[in-house]
Amino acid sequence: MRAVTDNVFRALADPTRRGIFERLARDGEQTVHALTGRAGVSQPAVSKHLTVLKRAKLVRHRREGRETHYSAQPQALAPLVDWMSVYGAFWRDRFDQLENLLKRMDK
Amino acid sequence: MTETATTHTLVIEREMPHSPEKIWRALTEGQLIEEWLLKNDFKPVVGHRFQFRRTPMPNWNGIIECEVLEVEPTSRLSYGWGSMGLETVVAWTLTPTAGGTHLRMEQSGFPSEEGANFKGAKYGWRSFIDNLERLVGRLN
Repeated sequence: MRAVTDNVFRALADPTRRGIFERLARDGEQTVHALTGRAGVSQPAVSKHLTVLKRAKLVRHRREGRETHYSAQPQALAPLVDWMSVYGAFWRDRFDQLENLLKRMDK
Repeated sequence: MTETATTHTLVIEREMPHSPEKIWRALTEGQLIEEWLLKNDFKPVVGHRFQFRRTPMPNWNGIIECEVLEVEPTSRLSYGWGSMGLETVVAWTLTPTAGGTHLRMEQSGFPSEEGANFKGAKYGWRSFIDNLERLVGRLN
């Protein structure tokens, strides 16, 4: 599972990939061609970004004739949000420890 | 949890019956930080790169890569917090109150989720969440 999470974080660390993912999530399925028109980078670059997104399971593709259609898989973002709840628990616990320390510092 | 266009921020606030000066020490002196947070080589100097260290575990060296971003003694402290490919910023704000200090911690930069069907898909990640919960348990 750690590898999956790493892939998700890495995939979204790049602003162009984030842009591609967000566009697919917002506007629905699109071809590489359509994405290239709006991403501001070359078609091979977009294809490369899509490969990284696919590895993270953030996008899915299907072939139709000569075109490949890509769609977003937003459920793959789950670990990121869960990560936040983990940090929430982590910091609350650390706040408790900080308060204990502050009490000890009085003495 | 607050929300902007592209990221989420985690906010934790607490009133503490202690002076900002004292809390500042606990936030900025390496030995004291270790007592409540993690082993570290922190220095309250903007631009200083440092690490928080936890016990390593399989697939993770236990290191959090950080850089001091803001130091305003007794009022504000922030540092970049990079771990497992996730880059966030942790910011502390201390505000004096009648009974002590209002302490606010903001961790910002969590990627946001997009897409309407997101919430219903959480169940498939049960085992992942369980793993994380175990991980958190081991942080203590």
